[in-house]
Amino acid sequence: MGSASGSVTKQDTADILARYESDPFLLLPILQEFQDRFHFVPPQAKEAIARHLSLPLSHVEGVVGFYHFLSDEPRGEYEILLSDCIIDHFRGRESIRQRLCDQFSTRTESAQADARVSIRQTACTGLCDQGPAALVNGYAIAALDVQRVEQMVALIRCHIPVNQWPETLFQIESNIRLPGPLLYADLVPGKALERAFQETPEALLTRLERSGLRGRGGAGFPTGMKWRLCRETPGEHYLVCNADEGEPGTFKDRELLRHHAHAVLEGMTLGAWVTGAAEGYLYLRGEYRFLRPVLEQTLRERRKAGLLGEDIGGMKGFDFDITIRLGAGAYICGEESALLESLQGNRPRPRNRPPFPVTHGLRGQPTLVNNVETFAAVTFIALHGSEWLRNDGTETSPGSKLLSISGDCSRPGIYEFPFGTSIHEILDTCGAQSPMGVQVGGPSGNFITPREFTRRLAFDDLSTGGSFMIFNGERDLLEVIENFTRFFARESCGFCTPCRVGTSLQERLIKDLRQGKMRKEELPTLQQLGRIMATASHCGLGKTAANPVMTTLEKAPQYYQRAFVQTGSGTTAQPCPMENPE
Amino acid sequence: MSKKTRLVIDGQSVPFCEGQTIMEAALLAGIYIPHLCYHPLLQPHGSCRLCIVEIEGKILPACTTPATSGLEVANDTELLNQKRRTLLQLLFVEGNHCCPSCEKSGDCELQAMGYWLRMLDSPFPRFFPRRKLDASHPEVLLDRDRCIFCERCVRASRELDGKEVFALGGRGIHTRLIVNAPSGLLGDTNLASSDHAARICPTGALSVRKTAFHTPIGARSYDRETLAKVTIRRAAKLLNGKERNG
Repeated sequence: MGSASGSVTKQDTADILARYESDPFLLLPILQEFQDRFHFVPPQAKEAIARHLSLPLSHVEGVVGFYHFLSDEPRGEYEILLSDCIIDHFRGRESIRQRLCDQFSTRTESAQADARVSIRQTACTGLCDQGPAALVNGYAIAALDVQRVEQMVALIRCHIPVNQWPETLFQIESNIRLPGPLLYADLVPGKALERAFQETPEALLTRLERSGLRGRGGAGFPTGMKWRLCRETPGEHYLVCNADEGEPGTFKDRELLRHHAHAVLEGMTLGAWVTGAAEGYLYLRGEYRFLRPVLEQTLRERRKAGLLGEDIGGMKGFDFDITIRLGAGAYICGEESALLESLQGNRPRPRNRPPFPVTHGLRGQPTLVNNVETFAAVTFIALHGSEWLRNDGTETSPGSKLLSISGDCSRPGIYEFPFGTSIHEILDTCGAQSPMGVQVGGPSGNFITPREFTRRLAFDDLSTGGSFMIFNGERDLLEVIENFTRFFARESCGFCTPCRVGTSLQERLIKDLRQGKMRKEELPTLQQLGRIMATASHCGLGKTAANPVMTTLEKAPQYYQRAFVQTGSGTTAQPCPMENPE
Repeated sequence: MSKKTRLVIDGQSVPFCEGQTIMEAALLAGIYIPHLCYHPLLQPHGSCRLCIVEIEGKILPACTTPATSGLEVANDTELLNQKRRTLLQLLFVEGNHCCPSCEKSGDCELQAMGYWLRMLDSPFPRFFPRRKLDASHPEVLLDRDRCIFCERCVRASRELDGKEVFALGGRGIHTRLIVNAPSGLLGDTNLASSDHAARICPTGALSVRKTAFHTPIGARSYDRETLAKVTIRRAAKLLNGKERNG
């Protein structure tokens, strides 16, 4: 969309910058606007932006160079980013890529013959229930097949701008398969606020604490305690909704934001009421930019209804509003302190902790950060009381959890299960076909084999932010592992030694293994690498990046054994289909 | 004056002032905790991870962890030194470090760390990255092959020199040291060879030109004394100076 690349003038730059205040917090949105219009951030623009925001040029370059969705070099007028999630691969992504590359005589990640088109890959786009998927100039296209690819090729050949492409191409299915208390819950906008206003913020806090609600992002920190800590820390409070749902295989926030935006935004508003925050941000992952218009519309509705802005719900002096910020292709921004750095216009590097964001967050002020699903749950706890949550789940993991189920099952999509549900039950419900392994919690989570299918969904057993990928007996486990290691190598921020170097080495060693170039004697090296990443890394990304290798080495060593070079001849290893270890 | 309390490192009782980190307390007590990104004059960073210590079963960097009263810290253990050796191996395979032909040899903290931790080889394959050399500045050479991304120069330029000459660009294994000039060249920045930033590099990535062999091989910092001894002496001086001025 926009004018042809390379033709950026001084006037263009000045016109864009005139619409932004001189606040370094606006760096990322400004860069995104340049990228959208010119398909890169031109050098003169970087200098002008640095001057406008009073930042060193190297700071601006450091930020541009960090995000996958920003670039120094012109990218195609049509930029196609194919989802590199293993589930997309299993749904035929490779033949789609091949077809696209053949059409435009180009190879991914390299200079293209047709300068108008660039084809590259990106991390999971959050459409595993309807892949293979791609982003075209930032907008998601799902269910790619020969027919849809031909349609895209024709549109590009005729030079039709992406905003004039037929809407059917951009249609995203909801695939809500099993609604529970949260997905069934109805909200008349403002009702939860109205109910909360009948009592004090303290009463709502008590209600939250009694409910036992724990953060739905996966770590499970008690929400009530977090809110209380934030409320009790003096300062100018901020509030952030983490909608940077980046764990491969997760897509449940996509539907929560689409169909339950009022509940999410009302939960944020309740958070503002309790903590005293006047400014809130919803940090939406760049891959979900197609959701932005819906969310902006909901925000407008709420402002009109007096549910955002000044004197919210008639409560004198309760002023709060929400700004949507778009990510730019960085999994690390799901880590809350990296997300805050991103909002502040810095390279999103996880902070040293303590102090925690709850006391020192945005601009060093107390900041309440919660996941989309957590805010939605808060709304219904405020409306219906703590029992609403307690009715389901277990003592230590009350309530239900949304799962994004993908892979080898007949009904991939979104499911709401009470905590405590066994993996067997989940697999039966979604129609899994002879599952031989499940990745619970995405690449950073747990790989479990059939002998563990009696385990349960819970914070103290199998915890997940929502990703649930199913693999049947025909899948090559090492292909899954290679995909996961590639993901971490691409997403490591590069700050600390073990993660920066370790993720790349791990990717290389696993590639060697799959190409039959690894000897059994080299196995300890792989394990040594995994141990140092797990123990010495700065943040959760590095600490979990060796999980796929380490857990499968422990639980299914036979796949590795078969792939080692026996004679050192370097012959290609045979694919290793999964089998039941029983 | 802040009040003195104590913690324990490897069984030795160590006094500290409130607000100090484990690293600062250790160095002032004459205890060496291996490190590369930490520098007494700079804000703690925590990126190289060599200073990991064990506290109540947890592995934490000593340079960013606040000292607290009664804390029991394990530092010089075989397990931790093994981990540090692995981290050091990662740093060596990541860049292009060729000690025998490097003019920083003997004054290089990375090389000296290799001797200190008895790193004899590496089980990991080497990356042999292609990185740009920048010889545009008349007084300072930037050889990115030797950069370990500790950001000492980045912080020194900002915190001590009041300039912003350096920054990191890129991501992950493609992270690179960049400089603040439209041309991307060091010669077009306001860096002076007398700046802290030009002299604070632990390796040979940044070096002041025309000084390379003033001190002959054999007479350099780590040729005659161990890294630990030199570091403790220098750190004590800087930290005590900081306390007097601060």
